[in-house]
Amino acid sequence: MALDALVEIRDLNFSYGERPILKGINMDMHRGQVIAIMGGSGSGKTTLLRLIGGAVRPSSGYVKLEGNVVHKLTRDELFRIRRKMSMLFQFGALFTDLSVFDNVAFQMREHTDLPDPMIRDLVLMKLQAVGLRGAHDLMPAQLSGGMARRVALARSIALDPVLIMYDEPFTGLDPISLTVIGNLIRRLTDALGMTSVVVTHDVQESLKIVDYVYFIADGVIAAHGTPSEVRESVAPFVHQFVHGEEDGPVTFHYPAQAYARDLRLENSFA
Amino acid sequence: MPRRIVIGIRGVGHRVIDSVWRLGYASRFFLLTMLKSGTSLRRFGLIIREVYFTGVLSLIIILVSGLFVGMVLGLQGYETLQRYGAESAVGTMVALSLLRELGPVVAALLFASRAGSAITAEIGLMKATEQLAAMEMMAVDPIARVVAPRFWAGVISMPLLAALFSAVGVFGGYLVAVVLIGVDEGSFWSQMQDAVDFRYDIVNGVIKTCVFGVAVTAIAVFEGYDASPTAEGVSGATTRTVVTSSLAILGLDFVLTSFMFRGMS
Amino acid sequence: MQRSTMDLWVGIFVIAGIGALLVLAFKVGNLGTYSASDSYTVTGSFENIGGLKVRAPVKSAGVVVGRVTDIQFSTDTFDAQVIMSIDSRYQFPKDTFASILTSGLIGEQYIGLAAGGDEALLKSGDKIMKTNSALVLEEMIGRFLFNKASEGDGKEKADAD
Repeated sequence: MALDALVEIRDLNFSYGERPILKGINMDMHRGQVIAIMGGSGSGKTTLLRLIGGAVRPSSGYVKLEGNVVHKLTRDELFRIRRKMSMLFQFGALFTDLSVFDNVAFQMREHTDLPDPMIRDLVLMKLQAVGLRGAHDLMPAQLSGGMARRVALARSIALDPVLIMYDEPFTGLDPISLTVIGNLIRRLTDALGMTSVVVTHDVQESLKIVDYVYFIADGVIAAHGTPSEVRESVAPFVHQFVHGEEDGPVTFHYPAQAYARDLRLENSFA
Repeated sequence: MPRRIVIGIRGVGHRVIDSVWRLGYASRFFLLTMLKSGTSLRRFGLIIREVYFTGVLSLIIILVSGLFVGMVLGLQGYETLQRYGAESAVGTMVALSLLRELGPVVAALLFASRAGSAITAEIGLMKATEQLAAMEMMAVDPIARVVAPRFWAGVISMPLLAALFSAVGVFGGYLVAVVLIGVDEGSFWSQMQDAVDFRYDIVNGVIKTCVFGVAVTAIAVFEGYDASPTAEGVSGATTRTVVTSSLAILGLDFVLTSFMFRGMS
Repeated sequence: MQRSTMDLWVGIFVIAGIGALLVLAFKVGNLGTYSASDSYTVTGSFENIGGLKVRAPVKSAGVVVGRVTDIQFSTDTFDAQVIMSIDSRYQFPKDTFASILTSGLIGEQYIGLAAGGDEALLKSGDKIMKTNSALVLEEMIGRFLFNKASEGDGKEKADAD
């Protein structure tokens, strides 16, 4: 951990207009790690990924990728650095008008001058890694949700990135596909020596595969640690989240005035 | 009471500011599309693909409609002209109506509802399913890769479709007037050629279709790109494309006609 | 869809579209019969052009030989200057007679050229000296009524004498 981090986040603040989303986030992500960012819906996890990818600008603080401050890059520099990272979207975001093969080949064709036979070999290798070499001439509409996610994974490793971000990769998958995707993330990270950042609220699946976990609640890091630390944690928020309890620091009720007053019961006594 | 007036005025102001903002945003988007067209013009394969989807797939509706519009013009024209014993002028009437107005306008309206709505829906869906965001994250500019080829394909397809519409329409008029009713074939064509001027009627008609093509596809790609990324957002944007581009076609047609055929019968 | 089929269809579409434009230009329009590129312009002044319009045909012996390109009103002579462009294939003598005629009862008006006997030919920019104005229906009726009335006057006078 003494080595400088691939991604370094310091005092990161972000707000939509007046509404603060993220407040003073600090994180370090190292090569070869799978890092989970967990938190309830709407806690700003996806926004954090967008900040790392340079899609939005922070209000203050910075995200550094390989020593470059992301939001200070020009558009050309940003585009150059984006070739080293990729993002797996919630439902894969495969290009619906292209076949599986063309989806995986997309970035190679856009960004490299590789000859067609070489692209073909590379694409088949990437598809082999996710177990879908046989599906290369299908269209995205013909794939199941889990297969689409695997094709998207093959597409995101097309140019051998150093960083992959996963936005809710486990959403809407059956238990088998879920395990397949989880193991793929772990295996590919180890095999390619890259860094994986997984935004998820699937606690059990992600604790099996990650090296480090950050919990975000209300825009701040509520807790962080290794999976075993997290499982043992007695911090009320972490405990509630990991064990999926209905009430705790995160309340069941949306903040409201007193129930009795809302029902105008007080007046009837007056 | 005055409070209600203030709210009403504020509503008007809000709407005006909103539409001016949107217009500015659309113009900026249009400009960006132009600036980023270089890549897609160099990779012409992308445009050919989209010409297939906008142009070739619109062929059936354009050809069938053109034929029927021409046949109806032939019937109605004959009906009216034969009262004055001028039924041989039916060719002139069919050709001039098609070349000056009906060809460009009806073809553009059909194009807007067939191809324009498809372009909006496609780009809107790509946005809703995060395909555009994914492209952006892959360091590929979606305006250059997705928007510009569709725009140029529409601009190329529109004049060709309108020319086919008019040609088939004239043929439809010929079928009804000459083959069915029995107007003299020689005077049908010769009167038509006498009255139709290449520069004045045909070139002006082609200019119109080019303008309509730019307007319809620009509206279609903008509405798609601007759609809110939900099912309702995409369907709303598709409807807006058809409505806005139809109004734009008719409005532009009036403006162009008044410039082109000034002081003429 | 296979890439090559798509290319084929697009090729067919583009060729058909351009073909349609050519058909419109040559079969429907007058590009085949008359082109403005090789032509010469002559001017004629008419006292009254009636309903003559720009682009009206110029005919000789019923054959279209040119078109009216511009009509202006001259404040020097207070008559109409009609500029016509005539196909270079057709040359006319200097003393050609130009008159504004009507095709049929309600048809459009055109300029009819009747060749004279001069040896010299009309050149570009020349002025046609002999012209005949359009027949205006109101004027004809007016003249007719005036004639009738004066006939009547004459009779009455004769009776009184």
